[in-house]
Amino acid sequence: MSNNSKIDLNTLKKLGKLSRIPIEETGSNKLMEDLNKIIGFIEQLNEVDTESVNPLSSVTGHNLPIREDVVNDGNKNNDVLENAPEKKSGYFVVPKVIE
Amino acid sequence: MSNLLQFSICEALSLLEKKEFSTKELVETYINAIEKTKDLNMYLTTCFDQALEQAKVSDQNYLNGNQRFLEGIPLGVKDMFCTKGIETTASSKILKKFIPTYESTVTQNLWKEGAINLGKLSCDEFAMGSSNETAAKGEVINPWNFEEKRTPGGSSGGSAAAVAAKAALAATGTDTGGSIRQPAAFCGVVGLKPTYGRCSRWGIVAFASSLDQAGPITRNVSDAALMLQVMSGYDPKDSTSSNKDVPNFYNDLGKSIKGIKIGIPEEYNSDGISSDILNAKDMTINFLKENGAEIIPVKLPLTKYSLPVYYIVAPAEASSNLARYDGVRYGARIDGNSLDEMYENTRNLGFGDEVKRRIMIGTYVLSSGYYDAYYLKAQKVRRLIKNEFTEIFKQVDYLVTPTTPTTAFKLGSTQDLLTMYLNDVFTVPASLAGIPGISLPIKLDKNKLPVGIQILGKDFDEQGLLNVAKVIETCASFKDTPNGAAS
Repeated sequence: MSNNSKIDLNTLKKLGKLSRIPIEETGSNKLMEDLNKIIGFIEQLNEVDTESVNPLSSVTGHNLPIREDVVNDGNKNNDVLENAPEKKSGYFVVPKVIE
Repeated sequence: MSNLLQFSICEALSLLEKKEFSTKELVETYINAIEKTKDLNMYLTTCFDQALEQAKVSDQNYLNGNQRFLEGIPLGVKDMFCTKGIETTASSKILKKFIPTYESTVTQNLWKEGAINLGKLSCDEFAMGSSNETAAKGEVINPWNFEEKRTPGGSSGGSAAAVAAKAALAATGTDTGGSIRQPAAFCGVVGLKPTYGRCSRWGIVAFASSLDQAGPITRNVSDAALMLQVMSGYDPKDSTSSNKDVPNFYNDLGKSIKGIKIGIPEEYNSDGISSDILNAKDMTINFLKENGAEIIPVKLPLTKYSLPVYYIVAPAEASSNLARYDGVRYGARIDGNSLDEMYENTRNLGFGDEVKRRIMIGTYVLSSGYYDAYYLKAQKVRRLIKNEFTEIFKQVDYLVTPTTPTTAFKLGSTQDLLTMYLNDVFTVPASLAGIPGISLPIKLDKNKLPVGIQILGKDFDEQGLLNVAKVIETCASFKDTPNGAAS
């Protein structure tokens, strides 16, 4: 791993924590190498002068439409829960959060 | 009646109307073709019973003269589209056994017009890939020289392969950076990515929301026009959906291209590009000249920055979109001792390597301290790329480029990440700009593999794109069939 690598083991662990993807001992070097390769590639953008350019987040060219604030759908409780891995009395069930 | 497989959508519709054969016969023929081509690994799920039930309805409609626009046309659906009551996995383990309780707008539009669902087609996991190799249930095999086990391309690899192998009359695809056009090129079929906003994204598994767009994969340009017409339209459930009128793409096909200006961007070239692909481009230029188009060399100097922009924007949006897979509301759950441990176990086993890499890159470029340097920078360069297209379309009406730098490579032959990413070097720019693009086959290369050419146009000018494609298609007269196709 070269010295100017952006993502070291600590950064990798932090990313794993943020994205809820655990970093395992085996394979972490390869993952780090892959991520740094991608970071190196995207850093080409530094060559482009973007002084006073507005960022583009949507290409639609129209403003976000706003609808009336009225109920137009509902009674989907069963649909919403249909695919839940675990449910009880109309609720999703998760591991115990508070002791 | 296996010869029914030869007909395009347009032909099949006219023959069904004349009662030359029934929808039931057509659907049975395709079910049989799917069974025969099983080794290509294209379908993840099939719904034959439902298809045969629908065929009865269609036959009745033909009998009564009440046939709808695509009455009785058997289609395959990329597994990125939610289909009510039919497992939808986006080719990921994390969505195993997910049975949507609703139908995506685009597929609903198709069923409303009488099209029939044969089943769900494999793709790269969450549409992240260019070879179909990241699919949880294994890669699809390209029907061209099938014994050589080549990639169908990706991410809509199953869709393109199924249309080429005659295991579907047409299919839906989604394109985020080339996922309709590149596999269409690799499989020798037509793939159209509409303008961003033309087709609703509602009910499509989200990958990168500012780029994702649905489109058809078909045997020919006329079929693409028919499919697009039905798939398109304003949908209040997608805030980026366009309320522009949907033209009658099919009826207006066949206009002369005399006098139109075609730009040939010099940057759409790359080191390893094959002479066969350059030759296909030259052939296309000649077809266009013969039909009275004016050919103008143009420059798009920002082209090379499209891939780096894409590999910031797409993973950033993906990392956010894929946060929803937490083992709580749908899909797989792997238990743990705490809530966090359950999230981590689920995501660790549920996501494949490429998806994990993209989530981490996305998390990195969005994280505090790096957001401006990467994400904001990419959005600024994206603006410049969009502007470059806007400017060039003041000089020319369309751009013609190769679709891909190579033809279909062998599965497992591309181990290097960046080499894999380069597959999309000619398709990503249009995705970033939101403009429409179509790929169609021109010829076979020296290995007897199809070569695709891409046409790009202005926002919402799919009609013009289809017209130019139709002219090229007629001249190229590409009629070859892959040896892995059903017959």
